[in-house]
This record gives sequence, C-alpha cells and structure tokens, in this order.
Amino acid sequence: MSRNFILWGAFATLFAATGVFAGGVLEGTIEKQPLNIAAIVMFLLFVAGTLGITYWAAQRTKTAKDFYTAGGGITGLQNGLAISGDYMSAASFLGISALVYKSGYDGLIYSIGFLVGWPVILFLIAERLRNLGKYTFADVASYRLAQTPIRTLSAFGALATVILYLIAQMVGAGQLIQLLFGLPYWMAVVIVGILMILYVTFGGMLATTWVQIIKAVLLLSGATFIALGALYYFDFSFEKMFTEAIKISDGGEAIMSPGGLVNNWFDAISLGIALMFGTAGLPHILMRFFTVADAKEARKSVFYATGFIGYFYILTFIIGFGAIVLISKNPEYTLDGALLGGNNMAALHLSHAVGGNIFLGFISAVAFATILAVVSGLTLAGASAVSHDLYANVFKRGQVNEAQEMKISKIATVVLGIIAITLGIAFEKQNIAFMVGLAFAIAASANFPVLFLSMYWSKLTTAGAFIGGFLGLTTAIVLVIIGPTVWVAILGNAEPIFGSKYPALISVTVAFVGIWFFSIIDNSQRAQKDRAAFEAQDVRCQTGIGAEGAVMH
Amino acid sequence: MQQELVDKIKNNPKYHELVSKRSRFAWILSIIVLVIYYAFIMVIAFSPQTLAMKISEASVITIGIPIGILIIISAFMLTGIYVWRANGEFDNLTKQIKEGLK
Repeated sequence: MSRNFILWGAFATLFAATGVFAGGVLEGTIEKQPLNIAAIVMFLLFVAGTLGITYWAAQRTKTAKDFYTAGGGITGLQNGLAISGDYMSAASFLGISALVYKSGYDGLIYSIGFLVGWPVILFLIAERLRNLGKYTFADVASYRLAQTPIRTLSAFGALATVILYLIAQMVGAGQLIQLLFGLPYWMAVVIVGILMILYVTFGGMLATTWVQIIKAVLLLSGATFIALGALYYFDFSFEKMFTEAIKISDGGEAIMSPGGLVNNWFDAISLGIALMFGTAGLPHILMRFFTVADAKEARKSVFYATGFIGYFYILTFIIGFGAIVLISKNPEYTLDGALLGGNNMAALHLSHAVGGNIFLGFISAVAFATILAVVSGLTLAGASAVSHDLYANVFKRGQVNEAQEMKISKIATVVLGIIAITLGIAFEKQNIAFMVGLAFAIAASANFPVLFLSMYWSKLTTAGAFIGGFLGLTTAIVLVIIGPTVWVAILGNAEPIFGSKYPALISVTVAFVGIWFFSIIDNSQRAQKDRAAFEAQDVRCQTGIGAEGAVMH
Repeated sequence: MQQELVDKIKNNPKYHELVSKRSRFAWILSIIVLVIYYAFIMVIAFSPQTLAMKISEASVITIGIPIGILIIISAFMLTGIYVWRANGEFDNLTKQIKEGLK
C-alpha cells in the first residue's frame, strides 16, 4: 500500500478527513453497506450537472425532430461517445471485469464478441440507415412496405427489447446502489426512474445524448485511472502482472487461456450471432444514427465508438487481472476467500486499492451515472416506438400534428418510467439473468432481419417481412423459455427441452428463411407495389438524396 | 422520390461506379471481420490448447492474449479504413452525382 500513498500522497492527506466519513464499501456485511458520503456527494454533483443540461436542452427541444434526434445536429465524435456510452453499461463495466477476475481469458472472449458487431454495422447498415430513416428504425423497415403491419411488428420488437433491457438495468441499479451507497433497494430504483423521466421528457434526445457523453468520458477516464493504478504496481510490466496473477490465483495457469465459457460449436456460433446481429437490432443504438447530419457523420460515429469500446474492453481486461493480484487475497476486500459484495465488486475494490476512498466514491458515482444514462437512452427509444410508430403512423395513419405526437411521446416516457420502476421493484428477488440474453435474441431475430432485408433485398414483401419477423420473434421467445435459463433455472425442471442458452442461430435462421419464403410466394397487389418501390428506395439509400438534413440551433 | 429523378440518377455512370465499388468494399471488409471472429471462436471451441501456447519459453503470456488484443485493434483499424475511403472517394462520387442533377 506504500505506493498508493506516493501516488495519492497530497490528495489523500487533503481528503483524509472526508475519508473517515466515506464509510467505505469494504467493512461490514456483504449485503447492504453503510452510507458512502463521498460517493453520494459526487453523484449529486453529476445529477446537478445533468439536470442543468436538461434545462438547457429543454429550451432547444421544440419540435418532434428535436425531441427524437436532437435536431440531427450531433457531430460524429459526440455521437460516437454517446454510442459507446449506450454500450458501456454498468453491467459491462462491472460484469466483464468480474468475468476476467473470475476466469481470466474468458472475459476477453466475451468482450470481443460484443465488439465485432460494430465494424459490420458500419460496413452494411450505418449509412443506409441514416439515408433512409427519420426518427426510428421502423421508419427504415417500413419505408416501402405497408405501414400498419411492419410498424406494429417493429414497434413491438423495439418495446420488447427495451422493456427487458430496462428491467435488467433497474434491478442491477437497485442492487448496485444498495451495495455502493447504502440506500434501500426501492429508493434506488425510484431515484433512477424519476431522473430518467426528467431527462427524457424535458430534454429529449439532446439531454439524453449529453448525459451519455458525460458518462462515457467519466467512465473511460475512471477506468483508465484504475488500470494505470494497477499497472503501476507491476512497474507497467504485463509480464509481471500475469506472472503474479498466475501465482496468486486458484486457477493457476488456466486463467491465461480459454476455459469453459464457450465449449461447443453450437453455443459458440449462436452467441456470436446474437451479439453481432443483436447489436444491430437494438432500438436505442439504431436511433442514435438519426442524430447526426449525414452519412459521413454516421460513419465517423461508428469509427469513434468502436475505438472507445475496444479501448474500454482492454481496460476491463487489465482491471480484472489487476484485481486478481491486488485484492483477491487481500483480507481488506475478502471474507473467507470470497470477494466482499460478490465478484461484481472487483473493479470497485480495485479502485479503492489504487485510489483510496475518494476515488472509490468517484467510481461508484460513475457506475450510478452509467445506469442512469443507459436507462434514459432505452426509455427514449421505447417512447419513440409508442409515439412515432404506434400512435402517429399506425393509430393515426400519419394524420397527426407535431404537438400531439410530442405530447404522446412524453406521456409514453412517463408510463415507461413507471413500468420500469414497478417491474424493477417486482423483480428484485427474481432471477433476471435471462433478460439481457432474451433482449439480444429478440433484437437479432425480429428487428434485425426485417431491417436488413428491407434495405438489401428487392423482392422483400410486406407479408414476407411480417410473417418471417413474427416467426423469428416467437422462436426466440419460445427457445429461451424452454432453454436452461428459464425452464431449469426459473421453472425448476430437471432438464431443458432446448439444450442451449443461445437460441439466435436457430431463431435468426427461422426469421431469414421465413421472410424469404413468404416473400417469394407472395403475389398480391401489395407485394408488387413493395417490389416496385425498391428502386427509388435504393437510390436514396445509396446517395442520401432526399434524406432528412440537420437543423441549426 | 420521383421516378424521373430516379431514372436520371440511375443513368449516371458515376452512380453505378459508386454502388459497385462501395458494396464490393463493404462486403469484403465484412467478410474479413466475420472470418477473423469465427476463426477465433472455432479455435476456442475445438482447440483451446492452441491459444494456451506461450509466446516464448521465458514468458507466462499465452498467444491467446496478443491475438485477442489484436482482434480488438483490427476491428478498430478496419472501421478506420472504411471511413477513410468512404468519406473521401465515395463521398466525392456522391457529390458529383448530386451536382449532375443541377
């Protein structure tokens, strides 16, 4: 610990008094922690700052375009940061560091799966999406198809993804905040819900984007500091870090190579497909492409986002290994060989080991901010599916004025917020491990195939897209229910009917084959109209001529 | 978009140049990413001990670690290559097509 003081010498002395009150996460029981004052003060600073931004953004959010896309005036770099912010959730920060901490190399395999979807999104989707779309990905999917069925399907796909993801985030938020700040679970969920409603209803996409950017910068700098702090102990030598990790870890040399995360070809391919196509079907991520002015900025966004996300994953790898050496056998952070608060605390304990109480408070506040930013993006995407797709285009058939649509989107935000709070509290003690997996499976099997083929396949018809997309959606849901995560872990059956946790290989195939089959046998009048409209759509898709431009603020 | 405008754009040879060059490039890069990723995953599924080899006699570092980091870096590099060509060459072609309409 002596180096800790060299590093933090003056700073630590300056804040020594505060440190006493910081009531670290580290003493006491594993479950609820004493109030962490440093963390709460820093979190309040974040909330005050972001509410200020929301007030500023509210002045600039007058039209539907402002609300859904921040007026389309976000730059590539800003959007890249915001996308990486959407992607670097608390689950990936704490979860992937924990996975590296627990099983070493396997954590890296997982990160790579999450990253490789991005280049493919750039090459095949990003600019076409920007050239065709307006506010939501359903705009693109239904561009030349019948509005009512395709928008309804896409909106339900979006809502299912958003709500599953929201519940998982809310439950994670409640548990994490209880652990970090010593607040009761329900209070944490309510605070997250209320702040998210405020950001989105008043500040729309502009506030959501800036909350996301600030959080991304804080998280990236915080994680950089933890990783550098850890490397400092090994004189910045990876060789030394790995040698000591092998020496100290129960796994020994096994932590340096692939373990049990992926051990058969079906799971390997299926997980890869879910991560890759699922990312390309997440409504809150796709929506971000409409916030930039043109295809050029859309491409830059993905370039920056890939860089930030990749860098972040390399940091979590260092953090995980650093934690093995510095905290796994340190009595200050463990009890009977187990990490206080569970493996998810690895990154947070390490932040304390390298930076003391104040820095732990900072990282805790960043983790809270991360959850807040991610749920805001999700809620905005869900509200847009309700107001823009279901209300304005399906229910009112496009005959709606902006003021009405805005009003509905704000009501939808509040309703979604209340749903998220209620379900977040209801699911406190439930096993929610399947939810993010199911969200990715639905995004990959229902949202992505329809979106992709609508842009690429001239023979796609409304009937084909609707039936195939619906089949993909149901297959994904059914296979998750009869698989190990629900059938065995929740319903208590001895054996799963479907043996894999990852249904994407089957459900995505079902969706593509379904769309193909029901399109080619479709000879209705509507089908001829759908096919005839491809040419004009493709020209706009390729050149951006006729696409929505930015407005100046 | 009006049919007249669509025909005008489609009759421009620059449009065909743009579409064929860009889709070729995009698909080649996508295939590179998919091959890299699935090759990596298949090695993990069928021959994990390959990645457990040491980078040298004296080191504890396995080749799996630099390979993993290289995949992350290559994903970033490939996006960079695409953006560089698309924001230059492809956008110039698009601009010329747009100017041809005036």
